[in-house]
Amino acid sequence: MSAAATTQTGARPARAGRRPSVPSWVGTVPFLAYVAVFLLWPTGIVVVDSFKNPAGGWAFANITRLGDPLVRGYFIGSFKLCVLSSLFGAVLGAILAYAIASGDPDGPMRRLYLAVSGVLAQFGGVTLAFAFLVLIGPVGLLFHAGWFYSFPWGITVIYTYFQIPLMVLVFLPAIDGVKIQWREASENLGASAWQYWRYVGGPLLMPAFLGGLLLLFANALSAFATIVAWENQIAYIVPQQISTAMTSEVGLSNVNVADLLALGMVIMVAIVMTGYALLQRRAARWLR
Amino acid sequence: MAAVTSVGETPAPAAASRPRGMHAGRRRRLNAFRYVVFTVFGLFFLLPLLAMVRFSFEGAKLGTWSGAAWKQIASYQGEGVPPLLSSIEITLELAVITSVVMLVLLVPTMIWVRLRVQWLARTMEFLSLLPLTIPAIVLVVGLGPIYNRIQHYSLSALMLFWIYVVLALPYAYRALAAGLGAIDVTTLSEAARSLGASWFTVMVRVIAPNMRQAILNALLLTFALVLGEFTIAFLLLYNNLQVELYSISRNTPNAGVVFSTSSAALAFAFILLLILSYAGRRRRGRG
Repeated sequence: MSAAATTQTGARPARAGRRPSVPSWVGTVPFLAYVAVFLLWPTGIVVVDSFKNPAGGWAFANITRLGDPLVRGYFIGSFKLCVLSSLFGAVLGAILAYAIASGDPDGPMRRLYLAVSGVLAQFGGVTLAFAFLVLIGPVGLLFHAGWFYSFPWGITVIYTYFQIPLMVLVFLPAIDGVKIQWREASENLGASAWQYWRYVGGPLLMPAFLGGLLLLFANALSAFATIVAWENQIAYIVPQQISTAMTSEVGLSNVNVADLLALGMVIMVAIVMTGYALLQRRAARWLR
Repeated sequence: MAAVTSVGETPAPAAASRPRGMHAGRRRRLNAFRYVVFTVFGLFFLLPLLAMVRFSFEGAKLGTWSGAAWKQIASYQGEGVPPLLSSIEITLELAVITSVVMLVLLVPTMIWVRLRVQWLARTMEFLSLLPLTIPAIVLVVGLGPIYNRIQHYSLSALMLFWIYVVLALPYAYRALAAGLGAIDVTTLSEAARSLGASWFTVMVRVIAPNMRQAILNALLLTFALVLGEFTIAFLLLYNNLQVELYSISRNTPNAGVVFSTSSAALAFAFILLLILSYAGRRRRGRG
């Protein structure tokens, strides 16, 4: 459309005449090439290599090693941590989001908490583990929690710190979409507060809540820096074991273990994110 | 005008959802509930940060105050690790390079796709958001062979920028897409083109200045991301700020300098991101 417009103006007939020889999608080649080399290729390597043996031959039997009790242990560890931290994060985040949404939409509290949530949802990693270490760790300034180094509780508390703000960010639009008229209508029909939440508000918000829960799950699954800074001796979860497999000097055989564990994570994330996308679509129905 | 969160781009019907017609009693109870919630969550978010800052001022004896850990930032040299200052420099350089490469790669392509190759728009969005769903720890496993090749040419930790651009891609893309969506790209470019502007002029002098805020957002997000990156640098055995802090804390548990540097880096990242969220809101408020 814009091509036609420019040709009609006849500003540069010479260039316009030459243009058809170079299709316009060529302009996107640098971007596509970059993404292919640094995103698609590494992912492809992970998938292909997890079906190979160290000698380079195909070994589809590798996939059965995901069922190996040791390997399964790391996945169970990851699963526990993700379920706990996303449940706490989602419930607490939803409460905070409700408190924010029920106030003045231009009020200072809302602005402050939104700005802070945007910052803290990104905040994780080594520094976060240090911050909790000095707060409730062995040198704790507030107190010394005996469970600080216990898995999964100690690390769950730390993960909750960045899970709550993320939930606020994804759940607030859904709460904002709940109209006061719906509450008034149910009150006029004689519904109590409990009945309103049980039969109207709850079901309306449920898809958005579950979607947020899944997003938090994926978020916890891929976190790595925080847990390494928290405990670097014992591997509890898959990312830690990938790290061990990659850096240990036992030999090449471990490289494919890392690939296999990574493949397992890709599968998990893919399942979770598909569920998230479906729930988001369901939730969006009420947000118009 | 309703405040809109950074994630949901739906214009919230907040004016309607405002509980105006509530009974006074319920309004009071709700307000009490809100302030309890704000206080409890505020403490939860604030205390770890305060503890870290307080600990960075800890003197030789418990409970005393001292600025020694902050002075050490400039001179600290741990055992078996490069000087702290050099890793700070590397990280800042990485942040600048990554931001520039990301902008050069993404802004012209996004404008071009919007103007001339609409049918690629969905593919581009998918590819740009894909890094959100592929954990860094997975990416790094596949990056081994690629970085082996890069290391034939350069061993510098600055080479990390290649992959950092990919990590920043989803955040930068969303920031830029919001900015691009707010202006009428087609009309602007047709006007410029019909006045004889080249495509380069259209992008650099016509469209880019109109999405200044979005470009700034993308820059800040990229910068903050690079400052906090640990996973990839650690597993590819490079040394950036976060890896350095981790190594120091392993060699010397409770070294004050770890906490002062962490606090400083954190304060820096917070300021960047707070600028972003307040600047963004002002722009939306006007519109």
